[in-house]
Amino acid sequence: MDRTISAERREYLRRKRNHKLLVRGTQLFLVVFLIGMWELLANLEIIDSFITSKPSKVWETFLKMLSEGLWYHMGVTCLETIIGFLLGTIMGVTIASLLWWSKFFSEVLSPFFVVLNSLPKVALGPIIIIWVGAGMPAIITMALAISLVVTILDMLSGFLKTDQNKIKMAETFGANKWQVFTKIVFPSNISTLLNVLKVSIGLSMVGVITGEFLVSKGGLGYLIVYGGQVFKLDLVMTSVIILGFVATLLYVAVCLLQKVISVKGRWQ
Amino acid sequence: MKKCLRLNHISKTYQDENGETQALKDFTYAFKQGHFTSIVGPSGCGKSTLLSMISLLEKPTTGEIYLDNSILTRKNCNIGYMLQKDYLLDWRSVYQNVLLGLEIRKNVTSETKAYAKNLLAKYGLIEFQDKYPENLSGGMRQRVALIRTLATNPDVLLLDEAFSALDYQTRLSVTEDVYRIIKAENKITIMVTHDIPEAISMSDEIIVLSPRPATIKKVHPITFDIENRTPLATREHPKFSKYFDLIWKELGEDG
Repeated sequence: MDRTISAERREYLRRKRNHKLLVRGTQLFLVVFLIGMWELLANLEIIDSFITSKPSKVWETFLKMLSEGLWYHMGVTCLETIIGFLLGTIMGVTIASLLWWSKFFSEVLSPFFVVLNSLPKVALGPIIIIWVGAGMPAIITMALAISLVVTILDMLSGFLKTDQNKIKMAETFGANKWQVFTKIVFPSNISTLLNVLKVSIGLSMVGVITGEFLVSKGGLGYLIVYGGQVFKLDLVMTSVIILGFVATLLYVAVCLLQKVISVKGRWQ
Repeated sequence: MKKCLRLNHISKTYQDENGETQALKDFTYAFKQGHFTSIVGPSGCGKSTLLSMISLLEKPTTGEIYLDNSILTRKNCNIGYMLQKDYLLDWRSVYQNVLLGLEIRKNVTSETKAYAKNLLAKYGLIEFQDKYPENLSGGMRQRVALIRTLATNPDVLLLDEAFSALDYQTRLSVTEDVYRIIKAENKITIMVTHDIPEAISMSDEIIVLSPRPATIKKVHPITFDIENRTPLATREHPKFSKYFDLIWKELGEDG
């Protein structure tokens, strides 16, 4: 730190720090307040804890679940999400590359993609179950159905927006299509890919939970549906909260990956 | 034997939904090795089209391009093309950028790498070879782009307004460098520009084009009785302004 720091600078830094503290403090207060109110109102029987559950019950349920296979259910959901995410990314990028390659096919297929993109993928549930069977493959297929089209369309539009002059520059050296793609188009779109990953991990999880709602004997989605069916709101609430944490964790992991790659490779 | 690039009755017509546009009409000229030729003309007259065809990015509608006595192809002739901007790739270091052309031509050998390094050293960029383009000034970036082109050791060098993106000061010093490099390498050089003084200061001859569809209006040989001619020295020569007036008036007739 520079010791000959000016008074204005010190004031600026102080104000900046205070602002950050204020934001963090308010966030903490909000969490404590909401949990406290929830518990209080339930205890005073102003709200019915049979249908809303309450924080102390949630905690109890959580502890009980820990010894009754919570890790298993979390593992199932994470595994399905990650498989769906990886498959969706690999297939999506590959298909987008092929469509970039053939202008003819991308023109032919574009209206079909619009339909597929607009279609609520949940509607495919029964078809998927009949075709792939009830179980993990069906859930992963559902995750794929939801994340794949978005990945394809985002990557393709990134590829097509590559600076034409950079492509021309490569062509002045006699670059063929493969070289244009590997040396210019793909590296130009690493940042597009990293953004697509962030969207895709979220969508993949939507697909997995939807899938688990429809068919499954394990996973957080299964716990939520099961809890609802037997009217155990404690189980439902706890599972939803855990799911929130798991989803955030996966998202943060992708963001970290993005940061590492963009710092290393100068991709913003 | 000195090489010669001959354009034989070249015409180019573009088709689009609104009709057809003739960009170039019956262009015939022979570019000689070791000569620096500039092409000036009204804007949008098809100057860049000409370079695109010589670099084999586009085919002429009619006419042929020969290198000596055979049709020009990528196999018998190495063509280097410098565009208006440097288009350096941000994710590659200076050295990796310089190697791009060689990589595309699948010609990365210890010999060509040494040649590229040698060029970097010659033009004052060797200590920046591991830096990334974002850390370089405009003039340095343009020099890197030139070295990227020269590293493939082209027989024909095409410059398309290659200096117009630079500020005046940088431009003078970069043209000085480029001129020195090109003269030392004994290439066929063709430069398209709208900057008449730049054309006069560097060229052995200047082709003035007519408005679209472009044809050759006139060819001016540019000679100065200066030993070891450089662009800056020509700018101070009394004949410089005479050439300028001549060409400027000729271009003005169409405007």
